[in-house]
Amino acid sequence: MAWFKKKKEVKAEKKVKIPEGLWVKCDSCREIIYKREIEKNLNVCPKCNYHFRISAHERIRFIADEDSFVEMDIELETTNPLNFQDSMPYITRIEENKKKSGLNEAVIYGDALIKQRPVVLAIMDFSFMGGSMGSVVGEKIARAAERALEKKAPLITVSSSGGARMQEGMFSLMQMAKVSAAIARLKETDVLYISILADPTFGGVTASFAMLGDIIIAEPKSLIGFAGPRVIEQTIKQQLPENFQRAEFLLEHGMIDMVIERKELKNTIYKLIEHFMPANIANSS
Amino acid sequence: MGYYLDFEKPLEELEYKIEELKKLSDGSEIDIASEIRSLEKKAKNLRSEIFSKLSPWHKTLLARHPERPYTLDYINMIVEDFVELHGDRRFADDPAVVGGIGKIDGIAMVIIGHQKGRGTRERIIRNFGQPNPEGYRKALRLMKLAERFRKPVVAFIDTPGAYPGMGAEERGQSEAIAANLMEMSKLKTPIISIVIGEGGSGGALAMSVADRLYMLQHSVYSVISPEGCAAILWRKNGDLGTEDFAKAADALKLTAEDLKAFKIIDDIILEPLGGAHREPEVMAKTIKEYILKALELLKTKNLARLVEDRYKKIRKIGSIVTV
Repeated sequence: MAWFKKKKEVKAEKKVKIPEGLWVKCDSCREIIYKREIEKNLNVCPKCNYHFRISAHERIRFIADEDSFVEMDIELETTNPLNFQDSMPYITRIEENKKKSGLNEAVIYGDALIKQRPVVLAIMDFSFMGGSMGSVVGEKIARAAERALEKKAPLITVSSSGGARMQEGMFSLMQMAKVSAAIARLKETDVLYISILADPTFGGVTASFAMLGDIIIAEPKSLIGFAGPRVIEQTIKQQLPENFQRAEFLLEHGMIDMVIERKELKNTIYKLIEHFMPANIANSS
Repeated sequence: MGYYLDFEKPLEELEYKIEELKKLSDGSEIDIASEIRSLEKKAKNLRSEIFSKLSPWHKTLLARHPERPYTLDYINMIVEDFVELHGDRRFADDPAVVGGIGKIDGIAMVIIGHQKGRGTRERIIRNFGQPNPEGYRKALRLMKLAERFRKPVVAFIDTPGAYPGMGAEERGQSEAIAANLMEMSKLKTPIISIVIGEGGSGGALAMSVADRLYMLQHSVYSVISPEGCAAILWRKNGDLGTEDFAKAADALKLTAEDLKAFKIIDDIILEPLGGAHREPEVMAKTIKEYILKALELLKTKNLARLVEDRYKKIRKIGSIVTV
């Protein structure tokens, strides 16, 4: 019964980290795959190359040099400006999402190194209220852009968001203007801004900083757009084609520079930084 | 006799009666002038009463009122020698956005705005005021012209939102909106934006990054429509109704009063009693005064200062605490 025993051990060891089980069904090809195998593969399905949604911290692990990321402004928190309440008060919802995601908000940002090159990294996490952009997300993205400008270090953002955060009403909408204004200042200089789009990126995030990158990169098969597919279907009253709003569709329509697999991402970012902002020049300035 | 919203029904009956009496008095010997006068006074009081306690949902309906003046109506009333300009030079001319150059009180300005249609046919042509990317790109082209020729920009905001269509996505709706937000934040000329009806989310924001952002008294500006918000929050079996929409409209804080209190807008432009559509000429005159007053102030700043102040104004919006 050695085989049985071994399985049990693994289960006990992994129990805390992945309570949902050892095996996962791929969202794309429906294959049942051993979870460790997917994790080892940067959360990409080894069968069909589907890029699973991952947490902000997991992303940092394969974009930044080991232990180089220093998070900033962790203590920023939203208030409840509208006194918004649906099935629960907005603040309670925030607390629940903190527990669920292990994050303070839907984005984390800070300094990091990519193959020894200093960058400013801002990464969204869809598991925190659908990656929605409220005041804190807007503020952090704006501060990330300002920090990149100040340090003359490339800004790299990874978006994954359903759009604006309804619970903050117009405060949320205005964040689109705020982050775009901050990016505008960066774009008057020779500091590179690389925007990476992950599944899914929609609404107010796409229609602000995510589409303003000097270089825009998307992960394979990511859904990216302004309006959600369901809203479009209801409006035009017809079914959307299979590849509609996928990363490859955006590439075909000239909206992004490239579709890059997760395992190639760090290398691609590094090459771009080296071409646009060679280290010797960047260091001397 | 115009179009009455549900909450105006008591008023409709009264005003109908007045009309009838007036017709009657034309052809008869009986003197009912005093009767009419008293009814008119009653109608006025009733209207004051109804309009003094409008709910956010009522305001949403008023903002969408089919007789409410649209961008071109205001242009016709306050702009002299207006020349409309067309096209984004990339793909098409979007009828949901209009723009051009003309003079207000002798000062040449570039005027842009969302345009809804009146009547079924025009509404369809104007796509119910929902722009495609071309609309935003046309607006940006005209704003850049304004910058080059040192003309102020006036933008009228009135849209349910950017159009959620297949072509819009293919041609980069997100990029078009983002580009406007970015370019407007640094445009070297004064920008005055006025929400005249519906301020529908990103589609409205893409023309309202401004030095002065005003709202008409009964206009609304929101991150999502009350209907959209209700559908997300109260996904229930069966249809959502007016009550749900009213609840969502309350929660969203989308009125001019709310947004003034939040310092998201600079001022509220009062409407004639009963709404802008009751006395469009009066409304237009007030709007014109606001534009001229704002411009008087903005033109005293040099352009660097103007852009810096605009940046600061946008940069500080947020509801944050440091814990």
